[in-house]
Amino acid sequence: MPEPIAINTDFTVIGAGMAGLSAGLFARRRGLGTLVVGGPSELAYAAGPWDLLGVHPIEQRYLVTDPWMGIEALVKDLPKHPYARIREGDLRAAFAVVLEAFREAGYPYLRLPDGNCEVITSVGTRKRTYCLPHTMWNGVEAWRDRVPCLLVDFQGLKDFSAQQIVATLAERWPDLHARTVVFPDTEHLPEVSPEFLARCLDLPEVRAKLAKLLLPLVEDHEAIGLPAILGHHHSTEVVADLEMRLGVPVFEVPSPPVSVPGLRIRLTFEKLLRQRGARLLLDDRVVRIGPHGDGFQLFLEKGDRAYVVNTRGVLLATGRFLGGGLSADRVRVRETLFDLPVSQPAHRSEWHRKELLDPRGHPINQAGLEVDAQFRPLDQAGAVAFPTLFAAGSVLAHQDWMRMKCGAGLAITTSYAAVDAFVGLSRPARGEA
Amino acid sequence: MTHCGNGLPGLGNAPNNTASRPERSRVNTLETRVLIIGGGATGTGLARDLALRGVACTLVDQGDLNAGASGANHGLLHSGARYVAGDAESATHCRKEGLILRKLARHCLEDTQGLFVAIEGDDENYIADFPAMCARCDIPARSVDLQEARELEPLLSSALIAAYEVPDATIDPFKLALENMTQATSLGSTLLTHSKVVGFELADGRIETVRVASLRDGQETKVRAEQVVNAAGAWSGHIAGFAGIAIDILFSKGTLLITQKRATQRVVNRLRKPANADIIVPGGTVSVLGTTSIRVDSLDDIAPTVPEVDLIIDEASAMVPSFASARILRAYAGVRPLVRQGGAGSDDRSVSRDLTLLDHREHGVDNFITITGGKLTTYRHMAEKAADLVCEHLGVDEPCRTRIDPLPESCRWTVPGLAPQVWMQQRDPRDLLLCECEMVPQSAVDHIVGTLRDPSRTPALKEIGLRSRVGKGSCQGCFCSLRVLTHLYRTDHVRADDGLDHLKAFVNERWKGEQAVLFGTQLEQAELDEALHCALLGLEL
Repeated sequence: MPEPIAINTDFTVIGAGMAGLSAGLFARRRGLGTLVVGGPSELAYAAGPWDLLGVHPIEQRYLVTDPWMGIEALVKDLPKHPYARIREGDLRAAFAVVLEAFREAGYPYLRLPDGNCEVITSVGTRKRTYCLPHTMWNGVEAWRDRVPCLLVDFQGLKDFSAQQIVATLAERWPDLHARTVVFPDTEHLPEVSPEFLARCLDLPEVRAKLAKLLLPLVEDHEAIGLPAILGHHHSTEVVADLEMRLGVPVFEVPSPPVSVPGLRIRLTFEKLLRQRGARLLLDDRVVRIGPHGDGFQLFLEKGDRAYVVNTRGVLLATGRFLGGGLSADRVRVRETLFDLPVSQPAHRSEWHRKELLDPRGHPINQAGLEVDAQFRPLDQAGAVAFPTLFAAGSVLAHQDWMRMKCGAGLAITTSYAAVDAFVGLSRPARGEA
Repeated sequence: MTHCGNGLPGLGNAPNNTASRPERSRVNTLETRVLIIGGGATGTGLARDLALRGVACTLVDQGDLNAGASGANHGLLHSGARYVAGDAESATHCRKEGLILRKLARHCLEDTQGLFVAIEGDDENYIADFPAMCARCDIPARSVDLQEARELEPLLSSALIAAYEVPDATIDPFKLALENMTQATSLGSTLLTHSKVVGFELADGRIETVRVASLRDGQETKVRAEQVVNAAGAWSGHIAGFAGIAIDILFSKGTLLITQKRATQRVVNRLRKPANADIIVPGGTVSVLGTTSIRVDSLDDIAPTVPEVDLIIDEASAMVPSFASARILRAYAGVRPLVRQGGAGSDDRSVSRDLTLLDHREHGVDNFITITGGKLTTYRHMAEKAADLVCEHLGVDEPCRTRIDPLPESCRWTVPGLAPQVWMQQRDPRDLLLCECEMVPQSAVDHIVGTLRDPSRTPALKEIGLRSRVGKGSCQGCFCSLRVLTHLYRTDHVRADDGLDHLKAFVNERWKGEQAVLFGTQLEQAELDEALHCALLGLEL
């Protein structure tokens, strides 16, 4: 085993999901020497749209139209919700930074100026969300205006049926139609994956062939909807090219994981973070972590490669059960890295309700780390566990991101606030990038 | 694809009427020789037995096949050794029936053998008496020394103090019901699922009409039958009540758990007086642990609970310690019908598990019998006794053939591990996998859908799940539910807008089995499940 490589840095983010990658961006923006560590995260399962607040109160299934007003009501009703610790100005600023960064990286996310928008999913449900990749935006408008629209699916792409969407929405969108087409040069393939088709569309010659196939089908339709395959690395060119050739707006439909728009989020963050001087160790596992000097020391390992990191600040953005930040045995929920106390129901019989779709949600989904006003986790006595340890994202307690539809918002805004708090505590940044 | 024969029991359409009625009423009539109420092991076994005697039947169930205890048990073909101390008659029946089923229904069972094992602290007298009690019931019980026991089953506890080998086996109750019903329908019988008996019309000391309501569209059918058989299991008392007859049925709920890995090759039983969670049953690729025995007052809301789950894991890990940290895929619960005869004690396990056959001529109803109680292992015997009585009433002189005729095999998609083998052999690259955990290909789903014959209805995902392995693997239906639904649209099996209702019904059904076992890896899976169905798709809204 070779000597571990030593890294000294100001701020280490553990977790490369939505919260962790956003935190990396915010930390670099504040001039901090930044390291982001983490393997595959919950982000691998993202569908593309970013939610800020979609439902409140969840018991009443009340759909939120203006998320800012919704948040105002939510923080009054649920004062322990992480949003309650963040000023509205900072909530807005956090989003502004990420949206601007994504625009600069060539993968813009779009939103309405004053509220949530609605988009159709691949199962024919309507999803209320805050912002969407540009590749989906025309779908929002097509649905809003109920324009004559053609959905296209592909032979061998088994997880997408245009007919399913048309049939499910028949009464609400009578001018929605479905066609099946063979994607160029795939006749011999029994099965195609969305990732494969997306990479094909990155190639101009494939786009030309696809457009040629689709052009005769356009007819009187005013928009064309496709499965989520509009490019892996070059989605902007893909959309522009197809729209130019077909003469109508083109969009992709958000679908269940593993989805290309979900993968693009991570790709875009990685590109941005590298460009902006963050260090990324995205394959390595944190083997050990402990307080060290005025900060922490971590040991990371992957195969025969090892790192020892000395860092002043650490942000736990490790996610929940799926992401590995929390784990549960038959008796209790634990936080996996530091064994910090986890706020949770008293007994496992209270974790989940009898019905999966119970509108009140499942109490275990609100379990997690409790933090102070600076987003620092608390110890058993209710005091700050470590002065420079922070937590952000879905690992936090007192939120139900899946029911409130506030996942991305939670990740982005709490990591913004945590970085801000760290900067407030620190001396001026001087660490290596 | 030729692994499924024709005549797989599907859903009958609403029957064509034989008598005309004024246009206002939406009632059909149906004439049949024998109406069987209840599509569990007994009812389907009876349908087959009668069909082989030339008597065609109509079988109705308010749910799908095995909606009651037959769909929620251990899947154990008892050697009978469990009952030798307290219920020798049951023990003997189990042994005899086990021999018959091994000969005639091999494809529904796995002849795993079984062990009875005692742990430090178990009752030494019970252990000492065990071989003699087995011998009394003609059940072979071979003493096994501890070293051999651990060679046979390496995961057994080191606190083992005694072991005996017995002829237990495992049985697939779904396949059993499907095969029995398939043969019955191929001989002219009819299956009507989601058809609930809502009343009897009696006259002159007989049941003239049985009113059956379709739970899909509310359509009522009046069934006129020469003989009516109540094989409704836990609902037998309810059904008998329509004829004004009281049968005292105790509801004894039992919960079972399924582990992701199969920990033992054989059935492993606790060598003690029957108590909770005594039995570990291998089932294809998993182990089934259980069970409990809790008196309940109602058949509504039967679901596994967290305390039961914990009890089962704790008890089972006394025999196989690795269960304490095993991944539990899901839990399920059913209700055993126990017929109280004479004053029963407070312990439900002391009520006899032997069958109850009632000829309601004793109660002034000429053409009505009830067959209930019993065990899965002795279903054939129960069906034979009931069929004998039905034929006596009908004046039919044919002998029972179910001791002689093998049960034909016509459908194999419920057999765990089979789908991947078949798929590999077929080597049709266009036959894509819809359920990747259990490797169930499109063709299997297409075939099953083809047998569910009503074109105006979206085939329910639940029905597909019952007849295959879809949703039974690690993901517990998270992805394959969506995939199967999308497939049904892509292949034009479905055009309707009710796909989402079926999706909700399917995920709700799977949830019942997950809710009490969500810890460890299963909790991660559940989180993904909810992220998909709620965060993205908003199914709860």
